[in-house]
Amino acid sequence: MTDNFEPTIIGFTCNWCSYRASDLAGTARMKYAPNVRLIRLMCSGRLDPTFVLRAFSSGADGVMITGCHPGECHYIEQNYKALRRYLLLKRVLVGLGIESERVKLVWASAAEGAKFAAETTAFVEEIRKLGPLGWGKDEMESENSSFILHHSSLEKEALA
Amino acid sequence: MSEQKQERVGVYVCHCGSNIAGTVDVVDVANWAAQKLERQGVIIARDYKFMCSSLGQELIEKDIKELGLTRVVVAACSPHLHEKTFRTAAKNAGLNPYLVELASIREQVSWVHSDKAVATAKSKAVVSGAVSRVVENRALDEIKVPINPNTLVVGGGIAGIQSALEIANAGFHVYLVEREPSIGGHMAQFDKTFPTLDCSACILTPRMVEAGTHPNITLLTWSEVVNVSGYVGSFNVTIKKKARFVNEELCTGCGICQEKCPKKVVDDVYEAGLGYRKAVYTPFAQAVPNFPVMDKENCTYFLKGTCKACEKFCPTNAIDFKQQDQTINIEVGNIILATGYDLFDARRVSNYGYGRLPNVFTSIEFERLSNAAGPTSGNIVLRDGKTAPKSVGIIHCVGSRDKNFNNYCSVICCMQGLKFAHLVHERTGATVYNFYIDMRTAYKAYDEFYQRVLEEGTLFVRGKVAEVTEAARKESEKGKLIIQVEDTLAGKQRRIPVDMVILSSGLQPRADAKDVGKLFGISCSMDGWFTEKHPKLDPVATMTEGIYIVGCAQGPKDIPSSVAQGAAASARVLDKILQKEVALEPIKASVNAEACSGCRICNGLCPFNAIAFIADDMVSEINPALCQGCGTCVAACPAGAISGTGFSDTQIIAQIDGLLFRNLVEKPEMA
Repeated sequence: MTDNFEPTIIGFTCNWCSYRASDLAGTARMKYAPNVRLIRLMCSGRLDPTFVLRAFSSGADGVMITGCHPGECHYIEQNYKALRRYLLLKRVLVGLGIESERVKLVWASAAEGAKFAAETTAFVEEIRKLGPLGWGKDEMESENSSFILHHSSLEKEALA
Repeated sequence: MSEQKQERVGVYVCHCGSNIAGTVDVVDVANWAAQKLERQGVIIARDYKFMCSSLGQELIEKDIKELGLTRVVVAACSPHLHEKTFRTAAKNAGLNPYLVELASIREQVSWVHSDKAVATAKSKAVVSGAVSRVVENRALDEIKVPINPNTLVVGGGIAGIQSALEIANAGFHVYLVEREPSIGGHMAQFDKTFPTLDCSACILTPRMVEAGTHPNITLLTWSEVVNVSGYVGSFNVTIKKKARFVNEELCTGCGICQEKCPKKVVDDVYEAGLGYRKAVYTPFAQAVPNFPVMDKENCTYFLKGTCKACEKFCPTNAIDFKQQDQTINIEVGNIILATGYDLFDARRVSNYGYGRLPNVFTSIEFERLSNAAGPTSGNIVLRDGKTAPKSVGIIHCVGSRDKNFNNYCSVICCMQGLKFAHLVHERTGATVYNFYIDMRTAYKAYDEFYQRVLEEGTLFVRGKVAEVTEAARKESEKGKLIIQVEDTLAGKQRRIPVDMVILSSGLQPRADAKDVGKLFGISCSMDGWFTEKHPKLDPVATMTEGIYIVGCAQGPKDIPSSVAQGAAASARVLDKILQKEVALEPIKASVNAEACSGCRICNGLCPFNAIAFIADDMVSEINPALCQGCGTCVAACPAGAISGTGFSDTQIIAQIDGLLFRNLVEKPEMA
């Protein structure tokens, strides 16, 4: 089933660097994998790790966290806090039985549209190799849970 | 859930001509939103050719009024482009501007993906995310802050001088801070300016004097900005005024101290190492201000404890060996950065021999050599100080358009090389060769200047010079510098012996540009130039409100462009000053005291010291004036007691679920 598996990725961007990098990728018409859907935060420091878990439980196969390069944070040093949380989060994910590679941290300055595009495409391929996360798949099949759906079927239904 | 007040959401999908509609089936996206997102509150979904046009905006305004919309989603371009446009439209129709969300389906979808079906599906997801989020948006009030009418200009080159004069002439106060002892910048070092060959000093010095004597300009030379805090409208700036060891109140600028000072020092800055200055000096005769500075590292008194010749001869007792560095605090509303450039270090191109072969000169050395006020009184001579060259090679693009050094074009070097060719030709009659990759003479009267230099008989060789060497292969090359080059027009290798080589070095960002950027809270591009807000439509503003960039600090440019930018930034600053107040984004964090457990985890996270612990109540509190809205504390609070306006947990989680279509799933009744 992984042959035609299209991963769904949630990408968190910061308002000052990485979101602008994605804007630049757009302005420069750099093509990248369409699997990522972005959320703009003011700063990568705003990223509550539970957002990542929420994304997984809502059907994402991977989560990309992006921000300004270390030392270039618009809020001086908050991306370091994002880095710390990211490293902790990876350990928590392993504890939950999720491959820690499903979350990735990328630094991209406002000038790095090309880097943003390349890192996104690379991440999609990494997740494609890992296969679907399939969180909630069993629950979907069991009768008494309609709350968590297997995401690919949800996507199909939504876009039908 | 069902008893909750249902929001009335309008979705507007923009074609952006064919920019979006060419890759995304916009009609399908709008129809889909109307059907599938009905439960989220979407009551109308439309598509339109150009949403940002006045007709597009009127469409939204009309629907807000007639359909009673309480939320608006515009699926169009990046919020950084048109968020303000649509927020204003909503405001005009009586809807709080913060109840509008932009879904970027251009920068994030149509411009970066090719497959129409995939792009359309992704657009639906992006719209779904924005609809889920907007329902959770709360009405916010803009925060208005007053604008301090004073302005800080950093850097006293021609761009900074222009900025300062424009604002001062309009009647507002300017602090002009310059690191060197005098304002004037690089332009003060030049002899002639292209393409008109105006004498640089003749056109610059009146401006310098005007800035130096202007009642609305406080000139702080030999000074540096060391700290900046605050935000647009009220920046607090700390400036270090280095000790001059000359009392500016008493000094008349007579110059006797310089005359009497026994210590000669090689002048690496103004004379580019070709000439000398004294230990107490003004960098050049027309310096503004005309007070000298004492160079502590080289002054005999500071080194050995005796001398004081300057003090003895000073007629006004202005020499003060006890003077200390001073710290000055000022408050300004806006800041213009005109910090200029560094010249590319030609030593890095080792095959051109600068620093090793004496008769290889850099562009700035040649400027001093050809300057009537320079070390040779304008005589163009070899390093021995007397021999006039009979043949000169001028190499373009040194350090520029070269993957080994700087990828970019430094803009000024072609014209500079042509100017040098003209001056050499005019003053020495030598044979001149210009070695270029491409001749770039854009802008008014530039190409005409090129034609003129061609007619004067300068020889042009198209090709990148491989090497400058002393190693002669034949008699005629002995004692010469041989330029090895592939003449790409003739299609053959050539060796051209000359007496003198001038390297038309490129420009590069100041070595400390990154630190300066950090100090003022702005970013640098990959090459290291300060990043403008928009490369075409907002070239002097930055992402940080109230901070502007002009001249070469923003990128390589010539004098006319620097002056134009200097004036442009001033217009922007005057606009702010005249508005008297500015609206700030109301994105702030706040603590719910009832939920705060007083754990103090957030206290150490804020780099702006906005969070204080109130010991009496055992809760933390956020000062909204200091909060910059990054949200790091919101994410960290274990009690969920901190919330951030504009980016609340509820909004972000709703957007996650919307992007993943989980909002379409019927939620089970919680038993």
